[in-house]
Amino acid sequence: MSDYIFYPGCAMESNAKAYYDSLMEIAQPLGINLQEIDDWNCCGATEYVGINLIPAYSLIARNLALAAKTGQKTVLSSCSACYLNLAKADYYMAERPALGKKVNEALAAGNLQYTPGSLDIRHLLDVLINDIGLDTLKAKVVRPLKGLRVAPYTGCMVPRPDYNKRWSDPEHPTELIDVLKAIGAEVVDFPGGTTCCGGHMTQIGPDTAYELIRRLISSAEKSKADIMVTVCPMCQLNVDAYQGETNSHYGTDYEMPIVFFSQLVGLALGFPPEKLGFGSEITSTAKALSRIGMDIPEAALAEGKQHQQEGLPMPPCMRKTAKTPEYKRPCAEEVKA
Amino acid sequence: MSKKPVEHVHARLDHDEDLSLLHEVSMKTAGVSRLEMCIQCGSCGGSCPSEMDMDHTPRTLFAMLRAGMREEALLSNTPWICVSCYHCVVRCPQNVHITDVMYALKSMAIQEKKYRDSSAPDFSETFVEMVEKYGRSYEFGLATRHYLKHSPLRMIRTAAMGLDMLKKGRLNMKPTTIKGMDQLTAILNKAKEMELAHE
Ligand code: SF4
Ligand code: SF4
Repeated sequence: MSDYIFYPGCAMESNAKAYYDSLMEIAQPLGINLQEIDDWNCCGATEYVGINLIPAYSLIARNLALAAKTGQKTVLSSCSACYLNLAKADYYMAERPALGKKVNEALAAGNLQYTPGSLDIRHLLDVLINDIGLDTLKAKVVRPLKGLRVAPYTGCMVPRPDYNKRWSDPEHPTELIDVLKAIGAEVVDFPGGTTCCGGHMTQIGPDTAYELIRRLISSAEKSKADIMVTVCPMCQLNVDAYQGETNSHYGTDYEMPIVFFSQLVGLALGFPPEKLGFGSEITSTAKALSRIGMDIPEAALAEGKQHQQEGLPMPPCMRKTAKTPEYKRPCAEEVKA
Repeated sequence: MSKKPVEHVHARLDHDEDLSLLHEVSMKTAGVSRLEMCIQCGSCGGSCPSEMDMDHTPRTLFAMLRAGMREEALLSNTPWICVSCYHCVVRCPQNVHITDVMYALKSMAIQEKKYRDSSAPDFSETFVEMVEKYGRSYEFGLATRHYLKHSPLRMIRTAAMGLDMLKKGRLNMKPTTIKGMDQLTAILNKAKEMELAHE
């Protein structure tokens, strides 16, 4: 068993529950022992640092200080943005001691302190490859995902900017490909592997976001993938939940499912889909799973319904999709071609 | 394989250039920005996936900073359209911390209230408000507040998707509050004090 201090991040508690649930299942058999940072706080995503630098870094550093207090040395995060925020803050505080000093003065107001560089901050994908190892993973596979054509979508924030020189290549990293091959999936040639999903632009500049989402999905389609696989809650959310909006924006009918790599690893290790969060996606994975002879059981869908609460606090007239005609921007590839 | 370390060329800066704006932005960037090292090669703009919606490419924006064009640079939508993908950063031959410079420019624009469209700055501010109140982000509250204020029509269009997310247990209707809220508030207040003192 390797021990890690676990920083889940806010998305793992809400929109990326499938990631959290599947990670909790596969951790034990793979020998990953996770101890969650007690009372961790949000890392600020890409928002806080665009407002106030020192508070943003102090927010991140509270987590580092709490993690360091446990006496363990290695922090594991499964969210790409959280991983990058923690790793980058640690790096910058060491690179620019004046920043580190100010952040520590702020931490002192909460009786905490952190020595930059004292923790090793890692992403789950890196841990799986470099600590657990592909051989161990392969040895645990009881149900190779033969015949499933997967587009490996690593996204931006895991391999970049890579100040700690952790990854194989910032633009064409091989880590996710290796994991998928180890579990027997067929990895398609997917040029979009590290292009952006649009990040928070779905909220503030949907047209920009739709274009980025469209490029990704069309690239996966062209590669004849059955499914896309991600390591990041934001990527999953954008490609999955905003796929419908993207379709209505461009008049396309894409149906490209996207799941977390831990969900596929879980399937290969023999866990049933319902334990791995399958069924919680908006773009159905049913067709893709049928390629490996699996169904999303009714049970999984029913369980999803259990979480149902009173409904959105908005008037009933607003509870349908209104089809508003909108301007359709030509795809960038069409324009540039 | 990872990039080999490159030998950096020093950007040629004229002695009578007023670089105060460039230095100011550089100081407000996390880490060592290396903004002064920009050689105007344009690799950043050429690598940028959202460049099509930007007023200026990152290269142009940095030229504007060097020329001291404060108003124009802060009013540019470029930092707000930046999706933080770090493509430019790994391709920049001078290792300029471009993405972090974008963050610094956003915070300056907010402080000086220099933006043409308030939607993006408002979104960041609402996000921060939620985190300062609960210690965790609260998507549901954030999205509803943001949509109500800036695009009620879009709220109607996305309501069905919101319901789906809710049904699948992916949207929390109530925020989670951390136990150490007082501690976090004390830390953030002290940090804000220092940020102001730094101005
Ligand atoms: S890639 Fe780097 S050096 Fe080239 S223009 Fe952009 S910031 Fe300047
Ligand atoms: S980090 Fe921002 S500026 Fe750089 S390539 Fe990505 S979107 Fe463009």
